[in-house]
Amino acid sequence: MDFQLVLAAGVGTGTVLLFAAVGEIFAERSGVLNLGVEGMMLIGAVAGFSTVVATGNPWVALVVAMVAGGVLSLLHGVFAIHLRADQVVSGLALTFLGAGLARVLGEGLSGAGATSQLPRLTVPVLSEVPLLGPIFLTNQSVLVYVGYALVPVAWFWIEKTRPGLHLRAVGQNPSAADAQGIDVYGSRYAYVLVGGLLAGLAGATITLAIQPGWFSDQTVGGRGWIAVGLVIFAQWSPIRAAFGAFLFGAISRFILDIQGVDAILGFTNPFQAGRSATFFLEMLPYLLVIVVVVIGSREALRKRLGAPAALGIPYVRGERGA
Amino acid sequence: MTIRLEPRMWTPRWLSPLTTIGAVVVALFISALILAFVGGDPVRAYLHIANAAFGDVGVLSDTLVKATPLILTGLACALAFRMRLWNIGAEGQFLLGAWGASAIVLAPTLPPGTPAIVVIPAMMVAGAFAGGVWGFIPGILKARLGVNEIITSLMLNYVALFWIQYWVFGPWSEGGFQQTEQFPREAWLPRLTDVATAVPAFSGLTIHLGFLFGLLAATLMWFLLNRTRAGYEIRLIGDSPRAARYAGIDIKRAIIVVFVISGALAGLAGMSEVGGVVHRLQDRISPGYGYTAIIIAYLAHFGPFRVVIASVLFGALILAGREIQPSGVPAMIQGVILFSLIAGDTLVRYRIRIDRRQPSTAPTTTSRA
Amino acid sequence: MTDPDVPVAAGLLEANALEARGIVKAFPGVLANDGVSLDLGVGEVHAVLGENGAGKSTLMNILAGLYRPDSGEILLDGQPVEFNSPRDAIEAGVGMVHQHFTLVPSQTVTENVILGLASPRFLLRTGRAEAEVGRLAKQFGLRVDPGAKIWQLSVGEQQRVEILKLLYRGARILIMDEPTAVLAPQEIDELFRTLRSMTADGRSVAFISHKLGEVLAIADRITVMRRGKVTAAGMPAAGSTRAGLARLMVGREVIETVERTPARLGDTVLEVSDVDAVNDRELPALRGTSFTIRSGEIVGIAAIAGNGQSELAEVITGLRACSGRIRINGRDIANASARQAIRHGIAHIPEDRTGVGSAPNLSVVDNLIMKSYRTPPIAQGWLVDTVRARGVAEAMRERYAIATPSIDTEARLLSGGNLQRLILAREIESEPDLIIAVQPTRGLDVGAIESVHRLLMARRAGGAAILLITEELDEIMSIADRVDVMYEGRVVGSFPVDSADIERIGLLMTGGEDAVADAAAEAAPAGGDAP
Repeated sequence: MDFQLVLAAGVGTGTVLLFAAVGEIFAERSGVLNLGVEGMMLIGAVAGFSTVVATGNPWVALVVAMVAGGVLSLLHGVFAIHLRADQVVSGLALTFLGAGLARVLGEGLSGAGATSQLPRLTVPVLSEVPLLGPIFLTNQSVLVYVGYALVPVAWFWIEKTRPGLHLRAVGQNPSAADAQGIDVYGSRYAYVLVGGLLAGLAGATITLAIQPGWFSDQTVGGRGWIAVGLVIFAQWSPIRAAFGAFLFGAISRFILDIQGVDAILGFTNPFQAGRSATFFLEMLPYLLVIVVVVIGSREALRKRLGAPAALGIPYVRGERGA
Repeated sequence: MTIRLEPRMWTPRWLSPLTTIGAVVVALFISALILAFVGGDPVRAYLHIANAAFGDVGVLSDTLVKATPLILTGLACALAFRMRLWNIGAEGQFLLGAWGASAIVLAPTLPPGTPAIVVIPAMMVAGAFAGGVWGFIPGILKARLGVNEIITSLMLNYVALFWIQYWVFGPWSEGGFQQTEQFPREAWLPRLTDVATAVPAFSGLTIHLGFLFGLLAATLMWFLLNRTRAGYEIRLIGDSPRAARYAGIDIKRAIIVVFVISGALAGLAGMSEVGGVVHRLQDRISPGYGYTAIIIAYLAHFGPFRVVIASVLFGALILAGREIQPSGVPAMIQGVILFSLIAGDTLVRYRIRIDRRQPSTAPTTTSRA
Repeated sequence: MTDPDVPVAAGLLEANALEARGIVKAFPGVLANDGVSLDLGVGEVHAVLGENGAGKSTLMNILAGLYRPDSGEILLDGQPVEFNSPRDAIEAGVGMVHQHFTLVPSQTVTENVILGLASPRFLLRTGRAEAEVGRLAKQFGLRVDPGAKIWQLSVGEQQRVEILKLLYRGARILIMDEPTAVLAPQEIDELFRTLRSMTADGRSVAFISHKLGEVLAIADRITVMRRGKVTAAGMPAAGSTRAGLARLMVGREVIETVERTPARLGDTVLEVSDVDAVNDRELPALRGTSFTIRSGEIVGIAAIAGNGQSELAEVITGLRACSGRIRINGRDIANASARQAIRHGIAHIPEDRTGVGSAPNLSVVDNLIMKSYRTPPIAQGWLVDTVRARGVAEAMRERYAIATPSIDTEARLLSGGNLQRLILAREIESEPDLIIAVQPTRGLDVGAIESVHRLLMARRAGGAAILLITEELDEIMSIADRVDVMYEGRVVGSFPVDSADIERIGLLMTGGEDAVADAAAEAAPAGGDAP
């Protein structure tokens, strides 16, 4: 088993989580909890895949997937922001709806043959850098590089710009932001939409780049929920989210690839595909999410920081004349 | 002109049930639209559901069989949600309960030939215990460390899935297939059809004892919530944790206890499915009962008897829905129903006010100082 | 309409900075402003005085753009204006500092000041902004560190940030809602200095208050409101008296609400010795607090918000950890749980009626049994005897005059006064030995205040020990037997109410003196500086 290849593949898998997690970070930083990530990713995945099957153009498919995710997120937005619904329930409803809708729309797609994927790139010169080069910069899907760029951009936006200041204020103390003339409702809608677009992108990353094909619910297989857990681990920071996403990606790939090995260190591989012990391996990512969320919670408790103060609480403006 | 939401000062008694029913109707309508949009035939689909679920006694019995696990998991969710504990792990707790009950038979823990009167209660205890343990984990993590229970309970659903797969593909596998051997007769929950020799009318009716568990559990839960000290505490914590703390209630302990009971109920549902319907442990033992239970609990506004009613309706949906193409339709309908319920909820809590622009006596200019 | 017998000041010759004419504003169930007019001159400090519910906040909110009047007009520099939002008002130069600050605690002073501005366009230039904020603060004598985070600041400093926000946006007219309510006297002096420097700069200040003494100290002119109307418009402060103002505010001579019988003191019920505790921010809140309360005695704690009185209530009722000794009837209850405190017969009327004292969506019955559901007769083993509970609830509803359509009505539908009656009924029905009452009459109308006081006095006559924690010194003077002054977590003075000197108490409340420490230090001369 070539560790370098495993890690390189892990980067691709991790990128999926990265997009979803960063998207959710934006939404949650503005104060809206959107648990429908799994549903939005499924819709993005099916929309992307069916478009590429129909048109043969992966770029168009990418756009369609993002739009699909965005549209769905707005539904949650209306319920959470304007109707002041319980955001947990609304997010769950979105997951159900998204999953069901994706299954409906994906009917018959599993039989689709090979499709065109997004191009893969290798960065010249830098890909020769020992260790990091072959893993991160060699033969990765173009979306992976988009992911690399997304992280610093997201961080910069949130911490160093005026709109980022407004975003943080809206999530911490919306009435203060409102008093300062910031459009709380508008901001929240915008960032929920960003979350939806990125979740759709995450789903498309799977079906257009990393694991092309449609396998009903299994296409996303709980990764939307892993992303939500990662946000807590990341303490709402895009950089930490990237770290967590790539870590999980690597572990997922490792789990997959170790099943193909005959022997480990001279001993028969108990996790070889076909043996029942592989199921314990499959549990690993999910157990890891629990561990990671516990770490994140304890840290939040310790530093008395944690979630944006207004997360999950609908904002009600005092009576206004206009 | 703007549309405003104004909190209602007083809600008429009839508004909540009306909006709930209205929400379901609207949801069915919207789903029909979506169905038509993707090329299905909604009218035929709905008629089929109605027929396939309530058409005759035999079919009605099947509906109730499908409703049984929903009742128990629905109650599990309703109890937790009453206290604002988001137990999304009913699915996993169900699976663990099924596993626990199977372990009694398959391990085997009791000598062969043990009469049903011993085996069945043993399975019940094992099922409830296993489910309870699965509920304990997110419960204690939340109580002690403040960890978000949605994520932990949900992740455990996936873990439970693989746990079952391990046993079903591995140690307990029957001849290498994805299922265990069939349980001996003593491990079968009695069904109406078992007494067909005495009562011919019952022939073919597969309703089993689990249904009775469900009704009993609903009654007990109603009693718990409304007539006991523990139930009062649960309701108080759910409404205002700060007031509960002020009243001297130990919220951490309550979180753990409620999560365990919730898990146990879902575990019992698993046991009832395995003992009353499938009679073996197999891979796809739940078509998402634990998730549907969430919607049922919400639809029932967390009331135990309403959970029973909602479970029957959803049982119908699942039963008949299996034959509907495309296969994602029931799941989609569930999502739409949940959204409609939320919207209906908003209508109950708020009044819609439409503002027209107010005429002003001064000319409308804004001057700068 | 103004009362023709009430003196009205002659208008200023130049155009007023801000003027309101004939403002009418109604909310569901109440006419908040009934034809109200106000004029604010350039460079003046104008106070708006009135009781709770007089309509002063509504008027100010209209001037600041938060509400739109149903009718009437607003004139800025003589020109009619219409504000559709606070943003319009700010752009026109009118800004408001509210009682509850709108600051983001986790962000810095500078970030809060520049929040919502159109510039800098995109990139935050923190260094430059901080320098600018610092310069502005210095100009108006506002002592605050531009780089500090809000949660680290004292209430007075936070208020300065609020003022800076407005000045940074070029506000010429500053409206303040009860600005001195949470300030210590030195901070009040500093605030007044800031206001003076602003008016010297040609800006104008309008502020709401119900503190007569301060109003007379700082205002140039005073407008008094009562029940939505103006009872005195723009009176010069010079020449007004406290009694006269009070009469205009209330409409009658202010009398004591309840008759006070002489105290019949029994044994010591509550003994607090040397108690230390930290607050939610992990800063010390109580430092060696000590005092006792006897049966049949009401002790009022006089303190400015934030000096440890909330933490004191929590420590006694088992809601907060502490070190030191707390005894009730001789039994040690320090660090006991809330449940044990309840079992020891400690009743707690909390500050937060709706968030802590009641469960909003549960019925009146359910709220009434919140403390009694664990013991017979309401409890029967594991069960709750609902029939019994309902009977008891009906009786309490009658006895305490809780106005509610039925005992099944949800608590959130009760008015403030009735909710407080419910809470009182629940807490004192069991004839507790010790009652901790925190801000029991906040936000209540006169009738409700009277009934709360009467109930407390009745319990006092029945032998209960009562700890009254309140911001209203008048309330303490009217029903308490003894007043203990707290400052920075310690009791710094203790006096029988009958012989209490209000000015000295005020001094003690602000740390100007520590009577207890002085008395304890034998070598030092007795007492502090005379006021």
